[in-house]
Amino acid sequence: MLPEYYYLTLSAILFSMGAMGVLIRRNAIIIFMSVELMLNAANLAFVSFARMHATINGQIFVFFVMAVAAAEVAVGLALIVAIFETKQSIDIDQMNSMKG
Amino acid sequence: MLLSDVGATGFQFFALVPLILIFPLLGLLINIAFGSRMQEKQIGWVASGAVGLTFIISFLQLVSLGIHPEGTVIRLADWITIANLNLHWGIKVDTLSVTMMLVVSGVGFLIHVYAIAYMHDDVRINGDPSRYQRFFVFFNLFILAMMILVSADNYLMLFVGWEGVGLCSYLLIGFWYDKGKDGIGNALAGKKAFITNRIGDFGFLLAAFTIFGLFHSFEFDEIFPQIKQVATVLPYGILFITVFMLLGVTGKSAQLPLYVWLPDAMAGPTPVSALIHAATMVTAGVYLIARSYPFYAVMPEARTLVSWVGALTALFAATIAVGQFDIKKVLAYSTISQLGFMVTAVGMGAFTAGMFHLVTHAFFKALLFLSAGSVIQGVERGLHAQLHHKGGLQEDHHLDPQDMRNMGGLRTRMPTTFWVYLIGALALAGIVPLAGFWSKDEILLNASNIDKRIYWILAVAAFFTAFYMARQIFMVFFGEPRTDAVAHASESPQLMTIPLIVLAALAGFGGFLNLPHIETFGHWLEHTIEYKPLTVLGEEMPPFSLQVAGMSTLLALLGIGIGYWLYYILVQKSLRGEPQAYKDPLESALGPVFSVLNHKYWVDELYGVLVIHPYQALSQWLADVVDWRFWHDWFHDTVIAGTFKKGTKLLAVQIDLGIIDATANGLARLTNWSSGQLRRVQTGYVRNYAMAVFIGVVFILGYLIVILK
Repeated sequence: MLPEYYYLTLSAILFSMGAMGVLIRRNAIIIFMSVELMLNAANLAFVSFARMHATINGQIFVFFVMAVAAAEVAVGLALIVAIFETKQSIDIDQMNSMKG
Repeated sequence: MLLSDVGATGFQFFALVPLILIFPLLGLLINIAFGSRMQEKQIGWVASGAVGLTFIISFLQLVSLGIHPEGTVIRLADWITIANLNLHWGIKVDTLSVTMMLVVSGVGFLIHVYAIAYMHDDVRINGDPSRYQRFFVFFNLFILAMMILVSADNYLMLFVGWEGVGLCSYLLIGFWYDKGKDGIGNALAGKKAFITNRIGDFGFLLAAFTIFGLFHSFEFDEIFPQIKQVATVLPYGILFITVFMLLGVTGKSAQLPLYVWLPDAMAGPTPVSALIHAATMVTAGVYLIARSYPFYAVMPEARTLVSWVGALTALFAATIAVGQFDIKKVLAYSTISQLGFMVTAVGMGAFTAGMFHLVTHAFFKALLFLSAGSVIQGVERGLHAQLHHKGGLQEDHHLDPQDMRNMGGLRTRMPTTFWVYLIGALALAGIVPLAGFWSKDEILLNASNIDKRIYWILAVAAFFTAFYMARQIFMVFFGEPRTDAVAHASESPQLMTIPLIVLAALAGFGGFLNLPHIETFGHWLEHTIEYKPLTVLGEEMPPFSLQVAGMSTLLALLGIGIGYWLYYILVQKSLRGEPQAYKDPLESALGPVFSVLNHKYWVDELYGVLVIHPYQALSQWLADVVDWRFWHDWFHDTVIAGTFKKGTKLLAVQIDLGIIDATANGLARLTNWSSGQLRRVQTGYVRNYAMAVFIGVVFILGYLIVILK
């Protein structure tokens, strides 16, 4: 049985990769995938802590996160499709009309 | 008034007395509200009816007083209640006030009826028929004010009436305010009357305030019993009251030195002259002294002053009347002179004689004025007929219908007017047995027993009275007509002549009210005026003196005789059938003396030089230099406005622009600049925002880890 901090370290690495992906990439789909990666890193952390403390709370929270992530995917993909239909592109740097 | 009071016999009529105020008020309200939709006759009869009903109520008071001669006071309402000042609207019913009520409403009624016809023509001659309604509203208002004056039970209510009649006098003198000399003459005459009366009113007010100061009351019934006692302690207080009351009297009753307004007041329509400026309002001063008789009873010095003022006025005005050519001006000076007789009488303490002359004078002077009005309109009609006949404007178009030099021969053309005028003139001249003889004789009798000097002054005035009336009668009614207009004159309508005939009857028989030895009127007034004059020797006044009566009759006949000789025989001789060459024989005989009389001793000019011009110069100086240049130009413009301008400039430029605006603008610029800097943060790239969030989260987490460890 591996100690829990292995999982936590993996979770931190995955979260950092996701965060870097969100900050660096310009493709909306990739950014989206990076966000999913961050969410699942968080899920992994929840599950690890649940195990560590031998409580069920963390595992229940993961279900909520998955439900939220599913809803987010539905909304997010719909937005991307709508943007693509108007702009013929999903390059996120082109969507800067809110510039000050 | 409670109904239970009505039980006693005769009392019920006293309860009706408020109606003497209500009827004229109703009359004027009806004419104000509906007059413009009514016909002239209706307006006139509403006004006359109101006064007629007032007369009936006054007559019922007379009936009640026959049973209860002590009279009563009817309280209508509280007026002013402040500390120890308790004023009521009260009506005093006693023999004196009812005498005045009867004269005012009786003569007033006849004059109202006369005015129905007179004003019908007058408004057409003057070219504004819409003023007919206004005339009767003013006329009823006058009756109302006069009734307040005579029925007052306190000095302040009397003053309300006193000012009310003054107002009506002003309104009616200036009735044709757009006529007269330079289109403003009548308005100026009204102004003169009003201002002159204000001087008198000032005296009245001072007297009234002093009365309140000494007696703590305005009511006659509270003041009079205390006078004897106060007079022993404060004789100068009483003297002050009587002298300033006399000033009020000289204003209202046109005595020296304030008489100057009355001749000018003839600018009003003739019924106004008859009612206000001969029969009623101008006698208010005499009534005031008679009403205040207890003051004068304890002050012989004041009585002497009053009687001298009256006597000098009587003579002074009578001589002026001799030199006048305007038919109404002669009567105006005659009125001043006769008022002088009355004032002399009440000044001597002969209150009964004064009031008696007041009553008879109201009859015959109203008669004379109304007849003069009839003559004037007769001439106007003649003028109109002549213009119509010749069909064009003549030089006579500007003929003055009041100038006696233009008249002559009206006896045959206006017979009724002539006869009533003759009766009035003889009554005024004092020919037995007409009214004026009895009343004037009583005054002369009193004078002869009190002060011989005053008696002789009055006797000479009586001689002039007879003379100027004879002069007027012969100039107007006898000889040949001196202008075509007069030749075409015609008699006035019946509505005018019937009141004249009634007044002529009163002027004829009015003297029988107070025959010597019987003295109905004297005993009647005794219930109110308890004072009786004594002769110089301290004896009781004899009821009649053949010597005095004979003397005054002789003087009157002499005056008429000279008038007849000068203005009939001499004139007939000199003219020889050429009436246009008429010249006043007295003018040729007396020359410069006549000119002095004709110019009224230049009193108006004297007042002009002494009072009016300096006063106007002073007002001019105050207005131009003090008010305009100093006060307006310098003080207001330079000091106040200049300082204000400088102050506001300081506030506007230095404070407002320099501090407040600068602060606000600075804030705006700061905001503008900083937002310009900050807007660069808003790149529009999602990545940057995510980065910001990320860094924020790292900071917060770091903080939590570091701090909470």
